[in-house]
Amino acid sequence: MSAATNDSFSRVDERVSYKTPIVMAVFAALVGVAFGVFGKPEAVSFQWSNPEDFIHIPDFVVASNLVGMVVGVVLLVLAALAFVRARAARTTPMWVTLIFGLLTVVALLGWLAAGNSVPFAFILGNAVVLAVPIALGAMGGIMSERVGVVNIAIEGQLLTGAFLAAVVGSLTDNLYFGLIAAMVGAALLSMVLAAFAIVYLVDQIIVGVVLNVLILGITNFLYAQWLSSDGQNSNFPGTFEIMPIPGLSSIPILGPALFESRITTYLTYLIIPALWFILFKTKLGLRARAVGEHPLAADTVGINVARTRFWWVTLGGVVAGLGGAALTIGSVGAFGRGMSGGQGFIALAVVILGRWHPFSAAAAALLFGFSIILRVWANQVSPGIPTDFITMVPYVVTLIAVIGFVGRVRAPAADGQPYVKG
Amino acid sequence: MSAETQPTTWSTAAKEIVSGGAFRAFLSVILGFIVGALFMVFSNEAFLNALTYLTARPTDALGAGWTAISDGYLALFRGSIYNYQADNVVAATRPITETLRFAGPLIAAGLGVALGFRVGLFNIGASGQILFGALAATWVSTRISLPWGVHLVVAAIVAIAAAAAFGALVGFLKARTGAHEVIVTIMLNYVAAGLITFFFRQDYLLREADGGGTPKSDAPAETAQLPTLFGDSFTLHAGFLLALVGVVIYWWLMERSTIGYRFRMVGHNIDAARTAGVNVNRTFVYAMAASGAFVGIAAVNQALGARAGLTPDLDGTIGFDAITVALLGSSTGPGVLLAGLLFGAFKAGAPAMQVIGLSPEVTGVVQGFIVLFIAAPPLVRAIFRLPPPQKSTVIADWWAGLRKKGVAK
Repeated sequence: MSAATNDSFSRVDERVSYKTPIVMAVFAALVGVAFGVFGKPEAVSFQWSNPEDFIHIPDFVVASNLVGMVVGVVLLVLAALAFVRARAARTTPMWVTLIFGLLTVVALLGWLAAGNSVPFAFILGNAVVLAVPIALGAMGGIMSERVGVVNIAIEGQLLTGAFLAAVVGSLTDNLYFGLIAAMVGAALLSMVLAAFAIVYLVDQIIVGVVLNVLILGITNFLYAQWLSSDGQNSNFPGTFEIMPIPGLSSIPILGPALFESRITTYLTYLIIPALWFILFKTKLGLRARAVGEHPLAADTVGINVARTRFWWVTLGGVVAGLGGAALTIGSVGAFGRGMSGGQGFIALAVVILGRWHPFSAAAAALLFGFSIILRVWANQVSPGIPTDFITMVPYVVTLIAVIGFVGRVRAPAADGQPYVKG
Repeated sequence: MSAETQPTTWSTAAKEIVSGGAFRAFLSVILGFIVGALFMVFSNEAFLNALTYLTARPTDALGAGWTAISDGYLALFRGSIYNYQADNVVAATRPITETLRFAGPLIAAGLGVALGFRVGLFNIGASGQILFGALAATWVSTRISLPWGVHLVVAAIVAIAAAAAFGALVGFLKARTGAHEVIVTIMLNYVAAGLITFFFRQDYLLREADGGGTPKSDAPAETAQLPTLFGDSFTLHAGFLLALVGVVIYWWLMERSTIGYRFRMVGHNIDAARTAGVNVNRTFVYAMAASGAFVGIAAVNQALGARAGLTPDLDGTIGFDAITVALLGSSTGPGVLLAGLLFGAFKAGAPAMQVIGLSPEVTGVVQGFIVLFIAAPPLVRAIFRLPPPQKSTVIADWWAGLRKKGVAK
């Protein structure tokens, strides 16, 4: 994205923008002052690995406020770098933003765990598991929005997937049937969205919201009337087994966190790069993006706009349904009332925060998963910390991104526009 | 079309009625109830048992099915309109007052969302605006002492102003940066939820005196509570009247005022409005502020209608229900009023349905299908084989003719 701006012919795009360095400098100052100057001098130990791991890295013990100060200074240096880039009318590279974010997180962890320890593998592992439904929902959203159909119904698709996975998995006693039912059910929901949006030209956002209301109503009713009284037979699926991947799971630090997980997590690892490859490296993806950016042009060169949109939206439902299954049989097992709990809307935010790109969206999903586990963990290590603010961070970050402080966010040009063949 | 050349064929007029929005809304509600009935029947044990010997005695299944439906909807009626099984007048008439109490915030928030729809803005942020308004109202109602009367007015105005400001923020961000209001409002919902939880959790902010670990505020001071309308045996309070005032103001604002005309211009055709000299960006800010102000009336209902301490989930599902209310009410004042009453009745009827062993969540199914049919006019037209929307307006002309003669206003 930054490269495109640099090579652009338009002078308008080369306007110097200091938004990014200013935001970075403010964050750096916040970290340095709050976690460093006003930080606690107690020792904190960063546990990189478990003692029983194949390769054990010794814990790193350091004073909490020292971490805050050092990180604050490094962040200021990064902000200065961004400032220099901005003066030369160049955008801040992705890796600078990434390192900036990671270091901020390290400082936050160090501050929270003053006088205690930071179990790195535990936090990262849980963040990944919690991020899986959000990431898959976001992939479904990307598939839909890349062809120009806004998908607000991700929440409903996750809920459908979660419900069907648990119920079908229980009734058939086979979790794989549950997985398939989740994908099919969510895909059917997508077909309703696609039919209304593409064939009947009903406002896509309204259809999406309506489908959410509908699915919430139906699953709430079925849960109250049926599952809550007959839970042993119909809502007791169990979960997929945890399968460590031999070799990969003994990588230090990352191995136990990433490769000792369930099949739903591994499928996510496969789907994200696959989607990227199809979208950006194949003819199929090029056609899809053409339909989302300029349906008239796509139509002119012979692409069937309606059919392309229909199938991409439907397949997006398959992926989101898998995310729903990850909520139940890929994590806790039984279905609970309204258990998607707004994660579909978070996935929607992740699509935008990730700029409609599978990898960036996955990173954004990880941010949300991380914030969930961070809240839980922070309550344990230092009670009294206002965790409500930690809860808000990802939403505020999304807001900042959407209102254009962290680079420009641009949707597919025809996103949300119905196409009427003229 | 002038009155002289008007071909007053009744069939054309009838066609217009059945292709119109109000009639379709009515059909959607009927369809919703029918689908709800199916859900009741197919989750009824007596019916499912009778199904197993359907070919031997089909009347059993039919009878059980009919009992399931009639029991369910009669319970809804008893819980939401008139309890004909009650011993005394108070208990018999309480259901309808409960419906009105639940309808108050739904109508108010529905108006807010409806206003957004008319301007082409989708305000999903009613929940956040309610929370933010309630947060401000709770501060005034529990932390400031004022004389009777003044206290309530100040608290209500503060709540509405806070909700309006929270809405205006969305409009401002959209106007200034082009950020999509759907995303901004969803994010702000979570921010408001975090904020109010934080305020209700801290001693020095709004936490109840000697409260436990859960975030909760004190009950609003008696001087700041909305008074009950029919004495202490009914919980209905003046919040419903505020919602009614809101409906009147909404009607005047959208149909009669200049700013409302600008709102509608932007909603109809943003480019034409811009060409005609309307400052579209400023209109976004005003519209979102007005939308938030109507939602603020719902915040007043929730925060000052309470008799006990508030919790951070005080908004319940109002934020999303408001969207369905606005959709069903086709974004007009009277429509929103009726839709709010219907969905208020669903909420009020829940306990009575629970009593007969039917999950009250079935009203959620009805509600979902109603808005599905509303959102998809082609679907309803296909089911009932209705004609497509008529372009000529026999009824409008007839009405205009009456107006010209001075019969109607």
